[in-house]
Amino acid sequence: MELNILTICYLIGSITFILGLKMLSNPATARKGNLIAAGGMAIAIAGTIFLYKGPDGEGLHNYAWIFGGLAIGTIVGFLAAKKVKMTAMPEMVSLFNGMGGACAGLISIIEFGRVSSDLASGISLHGKLITIFLGVIIGSVSFAGSIIAWGKLNGRVKDFSFGGQQILNTIMLFIMVCIAGYLVFNITPSNAYLFYVILAGALVYGIMFVLPIGGADMPVVISLLNSFTGVAAACGGFLYGNKVMLTGGILVGAAGTLLTILMCKAMNRSLLNVLVGSFGGNKGGTVQQSASGGTYKEISVSDSAMVMAYANRVAIVPGYGLAVAQAQHVCHELEKLLDEKGVEVIYAIHPVAGRMPGHMNVLLAEADVSYDKLLEMEDANDLFKTTDVVLILGANDVVNPAAKNDPASPIYGMPILEVELAKNVIVNKRSMKPGYAGIENALFFQPKTSMLFGDAKSVLQQLVSEIKSL
Amino acid sequence: MEYILNLIRSNQEIIYIVILMIFLGIEVIGRVPSVLHTPLMSGANAIHGVVIIGAIIVMGEAHEIVAIILGFLAVILGTLNVVGGFVVTDRMLEMFKKKK
Repeated sequence: MELNILTICYLIGSITFILGLKMLSNPATARKGNLIAAGGMAIAIAGTIFLYKGPDGEGLHNYAWIFGGLAIGTIVGFLAAKKVKMTAMPEMVSLFNGMGGACAGLISIIEFGRVSSDLASGISLHGKLITIFLGVIIGSVSFAGSIIAWGKLNGRVKDFSFGGQQILNTIMLFIMVCIAGYLVFNITPSNAYLFYVILAGALVYGIMFVLPIGGADMPVVISLLNSFTGVAAACGGFLYGNKVMLTGGILVGAAGTLLTILMCKAMNRSLLNVLVGSFGGNKGGTVQQSASGGTYKEISVSDSAMVMAYANRVAIVPGYGLAVAQAQHVCHELEKLLDEKGVEVIYAIHPVAGRMPGHMNVLLAEADVSYDKLLEMEDANDLFKTTDVVLILGANDVVNPAAKNDPASPIYGMPILEVELAKNVIVNKRSMKPGYAGIENALFFQPKTSMLFGDAKSVLQQLVSEIKSL
Repeated sequence: MEYILNLIRSNQEIIYIVILMIFLGIEVIGRVPSVLHTPLMSGANAIHGVVIIGAIIVMGEAHEIVAIILGFLAVILGTLNVVGGFVVTDRMLEMFKKKK
C-alpha cells in the first residue's frame, strides 16, 4: 500500500516537472510554473522519506541525519537565495548547480563503496557499474566546472589557458572513459582504487574545461553544466529504478541542452565555438588590434545633461556596469525626468547584455521601468537612426562595432546594437578598461562618441540633479 | 552482442522513458523568449535537484560511518540545490509579475 502511494507521489512529481518547465517558458505563467514544480518536488521528497522501502522491504534509517541535512540545506539555501543581490544571481545559480552535481557524485561514491563489497560474490554488476561511473564522472565535472564558473563570475578566478589545452582535455576525458570501461568488465577488489582515479580525473577535467572559457560566455557554460547535472541526476534514477529522478533528470538534460544552444544562437555563435574557440585561447590575435586605439574625448556631466535634456529621443543601453552599480532606480528617475521634459526615452536591450540573457529586463523591472519602453535589439536598431543621444551605461561588447566589421575579432558575427547610427553617443564607464570579452572597442574612439567616466550610479545621480536645475 | 541486446530488452521500459523525455524536454521549451532564458535555466536547475531523492535513499540505507557522513553531505547539498534553486527562480520571476 505504502509503495503504491509512493508511486503516485513520484507520478505527481514527474508531471509537475513537465508542467512547470512548460509554464516557465511563458512570461505570463512562469512564476506559477516554478511553484508547481516546487510543490511536486516537495511531494516526491516527503513520499521518499516516509514511504520508501528498499528491495528487501526495509524502510529507511538514520532519520535524524536525514532531517538534520534537510534542515541545514533548507535554511542555508533559503537565506542564500533570499539575500543574494540581483547582480550576483547568475553566480548563485551556478553555485546551486554545483551542489546538485556534487550530490550526484557523492551518491555514486557511496554506491560504489557498497558495490565493491559485493565484488567477490560474482553477481553481474555491469549495468550498475556503468551508471555509477557515469554519475561520478558527470557529477564531478559539473561540480568542479560550476565552482570555477562561479569564481569567474565574481572575479575570483581568472581566465587561464595554455597551448594544447583542448587536446590535453580531450585526452584526459578519453583516458577516464577507458578506465571506466575497463573497470565495468574487469573489476576486482584489487583494482577498485581506479575508481578514485576516475573521480580525481573528473574533478580536474571539470576545472580545465571551464578555465579557458571567457567570462562573457559563462551563462552558456552554466546552462551546459546545468544539463550535465540533469543527466547525472538521471543516472541516480537508473541506479534505484526511480522514475521521478529519471524523468526529472533527463527532462532537464534535454531542455538544458536546447537552452544552451538557444543562448549561443542569441550571440550568433555555435556551441563548439564557445567551448573550443574560447576568448582566452586566441588572445594573441586580439592584442595587436588594441594598439589601433587612438584618442577619445571626455564629456562633463553638465554637458551630457544639456545634450540629453534638449534631445528628441534618448536611447539608454544598459549593461553589466549598471547592474554592478545598482543604478537601475536612478536610471528610472532620469528616464521619468527626461520624459517630463518631453524627451522620448527608450531602453535598448541586447539579448545578452549583462551576465545572462534577460538580466537587464529583470533589473529594470525591479525599478518599475515600464515594459513598453524596453525594446529588443531589432526594434532598437531601427530607431537609432532617428535618435539624438545614446547613453551607454556600463555596456561594452554588445555595442562593439568590431562584431560587424572585424572578422579577426573574437566576437565577430555577434549581432550588436548599432548605436553608431545615432547622432551622439555618450558612454558611461568606470575606466577605459576593455569589457568582459577583453577586447578593445573602436566605438569609444569615434568622433561622435564622448566618454563620461565614473560609477554608473553616481554619474546618473549627478545627471538627474543637473537636469533638474536646467 | 547477445549480452547488449539482452541488456536493452531487460531495460526497455527505462529506455522508452529516456527517449520520450528527451523529445519532451526539447519540445516543452522550444519557443521560449530570450527574456526568460535565465529564469528558465534557474528553474531547470532547481528541478534537477530531484537528485536529493537519491541522497535520501543512500542516507537512509547507510550503515557504516563513512557512508553516513558522505550521505549526510549529499542530503545537504541536494537540499541546497532544490530550495535555493526554486527560491532564486521565484525571486527572478517576481520582477516579471509587474508586467501589466
